[in-house]
Amino acid sequence: MGILLAVGILVPLLNLTVSTAHPLHVSTYTMTLLGKYLCYALLAMAVDMVWGYLGILSLGHGVFFALGGYVMGMYLMRQIGDRGVYGNALLPDFMVFLNWKGLPWFWHGFDGFWFAMLMVLVVPGLLALVFGWFAFRSRVTGVYLSIMTQALTYALMLAFFRNEMGFGGNNGLTDFKDILGFSLQSDHTRAGLYVASVIALALGYTSCRWITTSRLGKLATAIRDQEDRARFIGYRVEDAKLWIFTFSAILAGIAGALYVPQVGIINPTEFAPLASIEIVIWVAVGGRATLYGAVVGAVIINYAKSFLTAAFPDAWLFGLGALFVMVTLFLPHGLVGMARHTYFSRKRAPHAGT
Amino acid sequence: MPALEKIRAFWPRDRVFDFLIPESPPELDVTHGVILYLEGITVSFGGFKAIDHLSLYIDDGELRCIIGPNGAGKTTIMDIITGKTRPDAGSAWFGQHLNLLKMSEPEIARAGIGRKFQKPTVFENHSVADNLELAMAGDKRIWPILMAKPSPTQQDQIEAIVETIGLKTKIKAPAGALSHGQKQWLEIGMLLMQNPKLLLVDEPVAGMTQQETERTAELLISLAGTRSVVVVEHDMDFVRSIARKVTVLHQGSVLAEGRMDEVQNNQAVIEVYLGEEKCSALKN
Amino acid sequence: MFKRPAALKNWFFYIFVVTIVWGCGYLHPGFAATSGSNVFDDGIACLLDDSFAQKAAAVEKLADSGDERAEEILQALLAGDLFYIKATQQLVVSRAEGNGYALRSALTGDALGVQKKRALKKVGINNTIRGQLESALARLRLSHPNPDIRLAAINQMLGTITPNSAALLRGLRDSEPDRDVRVALQTALSLIVLRSGPTTDKAQKQAALEHLAGNLNPAVRNELTLLAGNEADTQIRLAAKAILDGIDARLAFFNFLETLFFGLSLGSVLVLAAIGLAITFGVIGVINMAHGELIMLGAYTAYVLQQLLPDAIGAALMLSIPAAFLVSGLTGLVIERTIIRFLYGRPLETLLATFGLSLILQQAVRSIFSPLNRSVATPAWMSGAIPINAALSLTTNRVVILFFTLLVFAGLCLLLKKSALGLQVRAVSQNRAMARAMGVRAARVDALTFGLGSGIAGIAGVALSQLTNVGPNLGQAYIVDSFMVVVFGGVGNLWGTLLGGLSLGVINKFLEPWAGAVLAKILILVVIILFIQKRPQGLFPQKGRATG
Repeated sequence: MGILLAVGILVPLLNLTVSTAHPLHVSTYTMTLLGKYLCYALLAMAVDMVWGYLGILSLGHGVFFALGGYVMGMYLMRQIGDRGVYGNALLPDFMVFLNWKGLPWFWHGFDGFWFAMLMVLVVPGLLALVFGWFAFRSRVTGVYLSIMTQALTYALMLAFFRNEMGFGGNNGLTDFKDILGFSLQSDHTRAGLYVASVIALALGYTSCRWITTSRLGKLATAIRDQEDRARFIGYRVEDAKLWIFTFSAILAGIAGALYVPQVGIINPTEFAPLASIEIVIWVAVGGRATLYGAVVGAVIINYAKSFLTAAFPDAWLFGLGALFVMVTLFLPHGLVGMARHTYFSRKRAPHAGT
Repeated sequence: MPALEKIRAFWPRDRVFDFLIPESPPELDVTHGVILYLEGITVSFGGFKAIDHLSLYIDDGELRCIIGPNGAGKTTIMDIITGKTRPDAGSAWFGQHLNLLKMSEPEIARAGIGRKFQKPTVFENHSVADNLELAMAGDKRIWPILMAKPSPTQQDQIEAIVETIGLKTKIKAPAGALSHGQKQWLEIGMLLMQNPKLLLVDEPVAGMTQQETERTAELLISLAGTRSVVVVEHDMDFVRSIARKVTVLHQGSVLAEGRMDEVQNNQAVIEVYLGEEKCSALKN
Repeated sequence: MFKRPAALKNWFFYIFVVTIVWGCGYLHPGFAATSGSNVFDDGIACLLDDSFAQKAAAVEKLADSGDERAEEILQALLAGDLFYIKATQQLVVSRAEGNGYALRSALTGDALGVQKKRALKKVGINNTIRGQLESALARLRLSHPNPDIRLAAINQMLGTITPNSAALLRGLRDSEPDRDVRVALQTALSLIVLRSGPTTDKAQKQAALEHLAGNLNPAVRNELTLLAGNEADTQIRLAAKAILDGIDARLAFFNFLETLFFGLSLGSVLVLAAIGLAITFGVIGVINMAHGELIMLGAYTAYVLQQLLPDAIGAALMLSIPAAFLVSGLTGLVIERTIIRFLYGRPLETLLATFGLSLILQQAVRSIFSPLNRSVATPAWMSGAIPINAALSLTTNRVVILFFTLLVFAGLCLLLKKSALGLQVRAVSQNRAMARAMGVRAARVDALTFGLGSGIAGIAGVALSQLTNVGPNLGQAYIVDSFMVVVFGGVGNLWGTLLGGLSLGVINKFLEPWAGAVLAKILILVVIILFIQKRPQGLFPQKGRATG
């Protein structure tokens, strides 16, 4: 938490006030990259809530992230107004290009920032609620549920690739100009978005921590370990799953909404099954069932990805694949688990000798 | 304002959201002195009848032992009572009003039926105290448990139970680190926290020492009277030491019912059951 | 642009020169009317004459020559595509391309490159010759020795037939030996009757209508639609309407059959892809996310074998069935021995690890074979379609794959039912601990089962290579679908997988026309979720006492 606060205050400060020549200057590029990682960290935390604590391996959390992103993207598209390529104040460029006559009903209202922000919470939450209601009530568990979530993201990816859906087809939404009247290109807006990400992550962490330490959190782990037992002492297991799943989906949606203005584009590849499963590996590398583990994992893997995809583009998938295998085989508790293990064994070592 | 009227008709003002209504477990009616009615229950798994037209009545406050050879359907009966398995035919009533066949597992548990599994199942990653806290009777809906903090009375209750089950020194230890017998005790403790009207106890003394077994017997006997207890057990000495009334199951239906000495002298029982058990009985 | 003419072409060229020297109408005594070929050459020579009378004579000669090339030349002449090269007097069929014309020799069919328009002269015709050409062409095909071609010719001319050809058709009908062709000729005659206007006898028209009942040819349907809308005589109009309805009902039925066939075909692919997964999942309880990549490996095996044996495509394909089984099966064995066996009892971790493997396999294939799609050739005996009637024909490769799936399924059932390994596999899948206690080496059974499931994935890949292109992403598309099939059919039940796969395929194809492919997929997903809600254990649950 302390580190997060420090990073949250220092980085934008160093970006905005220190001159570019100074060695302590943080470039806007670096800050935006860090902001992106923070969004990923929030997303990883959301996955950790359902996987680490609740035992549901969701291979479709990218859906909620992407939906949050798309909602934000729709708001940003509406902010472009008549500054698009076609200069059409009424319709976004891609609709003009596809000869759409009017705005589809589901695009209405996205001119308003607060409505859009509400939708960032509502859209992923509602989908999670409906999906979870069906899945948990029918007691779909384990690998079945995992594949269901993967099928969900796969189906939505196919749907969003279609131009008829009205979300820009395979190009997605892009060419954003400004947010709340501030230009997205300016360093100050970037810094603002970065700070927003830091705050979102901090709030997300606090609320996740609150839940996991409450009796509901204890119930969640109880469900993960002995679902039947939890049921026989009188808990409605499906309700607990449903609400935590929905909460997690909303977190993922918020992460997506913060991600889009920082990277400047959202397209259907975010729905790809691989994107969702990558999130799981961040959590696995960091350490399941520890919130900071998820954060650490997300940042480390994404840093490695940024570096490796630039340096050895072909090797990245080999590396990622190997990572999946290695972590599951040799690091079941992730880096945090390993660190804890070495810490404890060192502490215990003197006693062990006697 | 007909529109407003319509809304009112649809949504009366004296109604509130369902989730705002405080939950009270459905009232258990045992005015006829019987707490559990099972009548004509039949379950088959792929053609094989695990339970065949079984009828069983448990009185309020009774301590009943169910014995029977392997595959007689003892565990399946418990599955049916707790809602885990649905029978193909028959009826199951808890008291006069509660139709068990229409209720889900949590509903049945909240209505006051507690179960201890054959294999001890506790939450291994939780401490003993957390296990007990989770099992504690109370509002078990999502929002309340998100907010819940154990009250001083509840803390005292937990401590009292920990004392009863003899795990005082292990109260902070994860349940996974307990021995097999201790897990059994913890599970019994969780049952007690639930404060059920009817306890279903599946092989409670497996893996316990002689001393522990005796204490379990004492505990179960002390529970009977205020609650009803149904014990499924293989250990004939244990059954002999606690049993008032024994039901013998064979091939999914009741073979005999009565006091232990009556049952032991029943010719049919001797043939199908005690005959097999003789060797193990001799060993004990 | 002059290409060295082949020997045969030289010979024709010589004849040209000779005939031109001798002039039209005069026959060189050496070639005189001894064979059809000479009549043909003669006709060709006459075509180059400017006089329409000579051209008319040429058309008749060509039509009577019985030469196979006559039809194409006459057709080109009719379409205005027949030219000759001014310099060489060579007859060519040309097609506009860019600002020149792509040429093909009318006599040998060789491509002659592109020429400017000025180098060419069109073989012009007038309306008389056009009419003459049409009937000559029809006659040519109608009197072809092969009854199939005769039949095709009749069916083709149904749409444009006029009363002029009535006499010709009647004559042909009376002398026709083949029954189907005779029926088709009668259909044509009936159509002529219906088109002949108000002068024709009503009874005759009614008889004609009756003959058309149930006919699936689109031309017949068009004619009847016209008749049902415009005919002045109410009785005839109603009769036409009734027959039209009958035809539409039949068409709908065959349409239904076609959709059913496509559904079964898709279903058979799903079954093939899922059945290996069903075995591994049923026995080991593990979802192998790399299953799709094992399918892909099978498909690439077929591709590689075809590259190695370019002259024997069919044999390479047959050979690739055992080869793919070995390649994928061994890969599966290695995966099981090195990774999966350390993760038993942790299904979610296994899922992640095998997903990692699938990434590695995909990237490996991408590095070795390039990310581009490769196509595996279809041997001749598997290409084309099996015609059932005018409205329905079944694609051969799909039929073959459908039967292949059933064969694989039957083989697998036999293996599991009768063999010692099968017995052990079933024992382990039902009760691992007990089987082990009975002396079954569970670890060995796991490995072999995994190898078997993977091998079948390889075979599925060979079959898939006949339907789609082979690329690194081939497998990805099938893993979710295969899993749906397994879930839908019920875990650990091969019959469930078969029925589940086929029915999912059929449902999909029936949903597609009105929902679109993507929506159909989404709908199926929803249907499966709802289905699992009702029957959590699939179509064919394995009943047993619920164990904790």
